[in-house]
Amino acid sequence: MTVGLQHYVVLSAILFSIGLYGTLGRRNAIVVLMGIELMLNAANISLVAFSRYLTPPALTGQVFALFVIVVAAAEAAVALAIIMTIYRNRRTIEVDKIDLMKW
Amino acid sequence: MNLWLLAPELSLFFTAVVVLLLGLASSRRGIVIGVSLLGVLVSFVFAAFLWSGTPQATFNGMLSVDQFAVFFKFIVLAALVLVILASADYDYKVEQVRAEYFTLILISAVGLMLLSSARELITIYVSLEMSSISLYVLAGFLRDRRSSEAGLKYLLLGSVASATLLYGMSFVYGLTGKTELGQIASAIQSLSLSGLLDNPALLLGLVLVAGGFGFKISSFPFQMWVPDVYEGAPTPITGYLSVASKAAGFAAVMRIFYDAFGAPSWLGQNWGLLFAGLSIATMTVGNIVATAQANIKRMMAYSSIAQAGYIMVGLAAVSMGQSVAPAARSALAFFLASYTLTNMGAFVAIIAFSNKTNSDLIVDYSGMGRRAPLLALGLTLCLVSLLGLPPTAGLIAKVYIFNAAVQQGLLWLVIVAVLNTVVSAYYYLRVVKLMWLGNPVSEEPVPSSAALRTALFLACAGILLLGIVPDLLVRLSETAGHSLL
Repeated sequence: MTVGLQHYVVLSAILFSIGLYGTLGRRNAIVVLMGIELMLNAANISLVAFSRYLTPPALTGQVFALFVIVVAAAEAAVALAIIMTIYRNRRTIEVDKIDLMKW
Repeated sequence: MNLWLLAPELSLFFTAVVVLLLGLASSRRGIVIGVSLLGVLVSFVFAAFLWSGTPQATFNGMLSVDQFAVFFKFIVLAALVLVILASADYDYKVEQVRAEYFTLILISAVGLMLLSSARELITIYVSLEMSSISLYVLAGFLRDRRSSEAGLKYLLLGSVASATLLYGMSFVYGLTGKTELGQIASAIQSLSLSGLLDNPALLLGLVLVAGGFGFKISSFPFQMWVPDVYEGAPTPITGYLSVASKAAGFAAVMRIFYDAFGAPSWLGQNWGLLFAGLSIATMTVGNIVATAQANIKRMMAYSSIAQAGYIMVGLAAVSMGQSVAPAARSALAFFLASYTLTNMGAFVAIIAFSNKTNSDLIVDYSGMGRRAPLLALGLTLCLVSLLGLPPTAGLIAKVYIFNAAVQQGLLWLVIVAVLNTVVSAYYYLRVVKLMWLGNPVSEEPVPSSAALRTALFLACAGILLLGIVPDLLVRLSETAGHSLL
């Protein structure tokens, strides 16, 4: 068996689903953040795989993935800072307890 | 590659850096605000030069500098002037409003201006994130319980939306092999000729992209974040979020769904029907829930969801057919311009009131007509314009956009939108009635600073001017609507 494009696409779909489950199903804000990172990396895998198998000489997809990695790092930094302020304010980062505003 | 075509963004970014450095040297807010406004003015002058140029693509087709993009740059700059003036005197949170705050606002504006020009998936993603990440920080800027909650909610939901958008983009890229919108369009044309267009993977990609942008423009199933973020964020940022980021989001949606996925025509019409359905859901949810709100920032949040619904009427009209699309695009541009002035004006007045009362509850607006007649008059004008009564810009904008939809055969959609407008009269006029006929809690007058008064005056003058002589802006927005590359 050789590893082909569909293996990568399926892997990225599985990763994306795990990430989505993490963001929707988990309560700890850090774990939610990890879910988001998984979703972004799922997109990266599929970008790189498409780039490698469908448009081999052009590196567009791989360049795209590099940009995504940079953006994800910036996003994670901001996210951790905001989670810190939340923790200082309420001594918890359980997302279902952060419910001052609803409706 | 011509750097002059990027001059508005570059000058604004330069201003942001200067402001950040100034913040290290001096803690006087007047200087920071003056420099920011000067930077906006310079950027505006550059944009005005680009307006008179010919539409062209630059950076290997990644950015298109046409009048349509420049029009949205003007909208972002106008919102920027108003938000900077409004932040100058966001009194009861004085300590926190420092140089970084203005730097972040300027950087997010750079992102939004790039987004309105972007015609390539990587550029779209990066400029979208450039504005979003700054806005996440700004939403949580006050670092109190409410503001940090708003920041967290905006950040988590926004990141999920952009990850979804990105995953969708990866499928679009995978099936077309291109990231540039024009090339995607021709790839889709050739797919449709070989009968491969009903590929479920492409459909999945398109739906995910639509979902990601639906979040940005607060369209129906993705509108849940809006009220919480709008309530908790600093009020000037709420105003900025509700106008600038929405306007640029609509510009990007228009480019993506018209440039890349607009042909063949049956595909465009499917988008039209999708947007029409979402538009009905969006405005109905927004208007009905807004009637039940006790906090004015929350009410304005639902009102802005409803307004997004009206704007999507224009989006539906754009996608329905090529022949009238330029007219629908101009209507949409006009609507967004008038909505920017109106909504920012309303938020400026809200800031002035809450500086005094320290409260955002609607009941506290009782009798404000007697305590602060000018502020109350300004807020009344803005609310009347949001409702769409003469002699305001809101009326012209609604007539313009509904007219475009009727020409495309979307009469049923317009009927629903007009019925929705009637519902919205209830909550807009409730505030107006309370201000003028309610009993004041105290007789103390409400003071306001020169910056806030200037901002409110600019917004109200714009609303009246566009309401009485709409020709000025109609001609500009027509040029914009016809220029899309």
